[in-house]
Amino acid sequence: MLALSLTVTACGSDDSGDGDKGAKGGGDLCGKNIAFLGALTGDAAALGQNMLGGVKLALDEYNKANADCKIGVKEFDSQGDPKVAPGLATQIINDDSIFGLVGPGFSGESLATGKTFYEAGLPSISASATNVTITQQDWITWHRVIGNDEAQGKADSKYLTETVGATKVFVVDDGQDYSKGLAGYVKEGLGDAKVGEDQITVGQTDMSAVVTQIKASGADAVFYGGYYAEAGLLVKQLRQGGFTGTFMSGDGSEDPAFVKAAGADAAEGAVLSAPAAPAPADFNDKYKAVVGADSGLYSTQAYDAANIFLAAVKDGAATAEEVNDFIGKYDGEGASGPIAFDDKGDITSSTIYAYFVKGGKLDLENPEAIK
Amino acid sequence: MHFDVLINNLPAFTIGGLVFGAIYALVALGYTMVYGVLQLINFAHSEVFMYGTFAVAWVFVLFHGTDSVTWSLGKALPLLLVALVAAMILSAAIALLLERVAYRPLINKGAPKLIALISAIGASFALAEAMGLRDRFAGWVHLDDNLSDYVAKARDVYSNPVTIQPKGLFDVGNYTLTDVDLVIIVAAILMMVALDTFVRRTRFGRGIRAVAQDPESAALMGVNSNRVIQVTFLIGGLMAGAAAALYMMKIGSTRQNAGFLLGVKAFTAAVLGGIGNLRGALLGGLVLGVAESYGSAIFGSEWKDVVAFVLLVLILLVRPSGLLGEALGKARA
Repeated sequence: MLALSLTVTACGSDDSGDGDKGAKGGGDLCGKNIAFLGALTGDAAALGQNMLGGVKLALDEYNKANADCKIGVKEFDSQGDPKVAPGLATQIINDDSIFGLVGPGFSGESLATGKTFYEAGLPSISASATNVTITQQDWITWHRVIGNDEAQGKADSKYLTETVGATKVFVVDDGQDYSKGLAGYVKEGLGDAKVGEDQITVGQTDMSAVVTQIKASGADAVFYGGYYAEAGLLVKQLRQGGFTGTFMSGDGSEDPAFVKAAGADAAEGAVLSAPAAPAPADFNDKYKAVVGADSGLYSTQAYDAANIFLAAVKDGAATAEEVNDFIGKYDGEGASGPIAFDDKGDITSSTIYAYFVKGGKLDLENPEAIK
Repeated sequence: MHFDVLINNLPAFTIGGLVFGAIYALVALGYTMVYGVLQLINFAHSEVFMYGTFAVAWVFVLFHGTDSVTWSLGKALPLLLVALVAAMILSAAIALLLERVAYRPLINKGAPKLIALISAIGASFALAEAMGLRDRFAGWVHLDDNLSDYVAKARDVYSNPVTIQPKGLFDVGNYTLTDVDLVIIVAAILMMVALDTFVRRTRFGRGIRAVAQDPESAALMGVNSNRVIQVTFLIGGLMAGAAAALYMMKIGSTRQNAGFLLGVKAFTAAVLGGIGNLRGALLGGLVLGVAESYGSAIFGSEWKDVVAFVLLVLILLVRPSGLLGEALGKARA
């Protein structure tokens, strides 16, 4: 509240110069924008739309409470493609009205653009990029509000061997940065329980060769690292081929669209992990009122990410550097759980949850925490 | 290298390869016939196939609704037949439209073949993107009021609400041949035979062969070459529609860009067999399908496409005219 009153009094008095950071710069970011960079069209558009909705909700709430210091959002549609994202990143850093970025959505595009944003000094918070190597690059402007693939992969392999009791697991991925990373940690965690591995390509629709290999390996469980479009097709063709074991995939597949791609019968019983708790009870109502659709995976994370930027504005941060410092020191309770960052930009605490497809629907309300 | 995986599961990989090979072959017919008559690679033919796959899914949505269920082949058969007809009609209509809009104006003006090729590539993108926008179109004409939900997923996987669960028929080695696999292979081969007979035995087939051999002399002999070209596109479209129905029986899902890779493969199959040669398309499709399947067993699935194209290059190095050579225009039969 103190920060708010400072912001209000500071508007239009930039030169008061009394050394108080809040009073000096509080109004500087008014009228400026947060950028969103992620897939708004393309194969993984559902995830990007979920995130953008979270950002819009956070802005809507903030702008209603701070009518004299409105913040906007500029949308950049990367289609989730690491080849498209760098061009958009250049547009973002050359836009003076942008002081922070929610995104990039995926690991591939994060690795492709991280250096650009770091060199331009633009702080970013990703709601969903989980590849471990991103935070090993020393890009101090890069943060994420979600547990990384190492945490998820280890939890997933543990779930398969201990909770499901699988002794032979076949691991498949789609060769993308995120997918290979996650599948790699699963393989590591499985050890001798891994009976085989294979790779498909994004956009592939015929999985018959993989299905044959999985059946030949005698696997009683399959782990797939990748996104819901291919995951859905894979589990559908596995069931058509007579595979009866457990199908598990990671957060890239944890979307109701997975069930649509697979068909209700094939998807039944599938386990999809995510480093994210279900949204708080009233979140979806708030979200739906503003965005006009149901919230989905990463909506709460994107909402939290946007709120951190908005808290920085309220706190009086005036430059991108001050916003970045603010994020580094941030410690709060978001809609997705407790949020604080370590010095690499990773979130300090995260729990991995297993979500289930039950009765032909992805049950988003009752996941099981993997311990 | 996993030769053991291949050896131990030879029947499974062979049949899996034949099933896709049969589908490649049916699509390859469109490439091979148009090339035979016009000496033009119709690159938009892959989109003709893709529209067919959507026709199949739409027929199921129309008659069954969007509830997702799993049916046996027997239960789905009546709807599948309706879907087959719808796919053949839509694909043929798109093929005729292509001929009318993208090729005929150019051919009538005597434009070089290269220009028509570029027109083909442009038409291919245009058709694929138009399908990517289908849900926006639906919103504009108020077919669906909940637009935002659709726009986001307009380029997403589009699933047939009915998944067909194959039933095992009999064992081949350690692999159980299913009814779906059998139907696809048999249906594809029957259609190829029917087409081959049509081109060899009928008056219209003779017209096609005449135009392929020497368009000017054919015109002097009273063959309406415009008409022949139209029929060629029509037949290519019908076969692509049939391939789409078989593909949807097996995979059950499609997407706006589903034609691209499959089209490249079918084109490869046509070249492999000897472009312009109908029997070559069948052989090329089956060889390509099996080679791919073996390749993914030995090297891993991510190498599937590489194996297909390396095979193509190798065969063309040894036999530039393809396995069976050009034949549509040659005075055989």
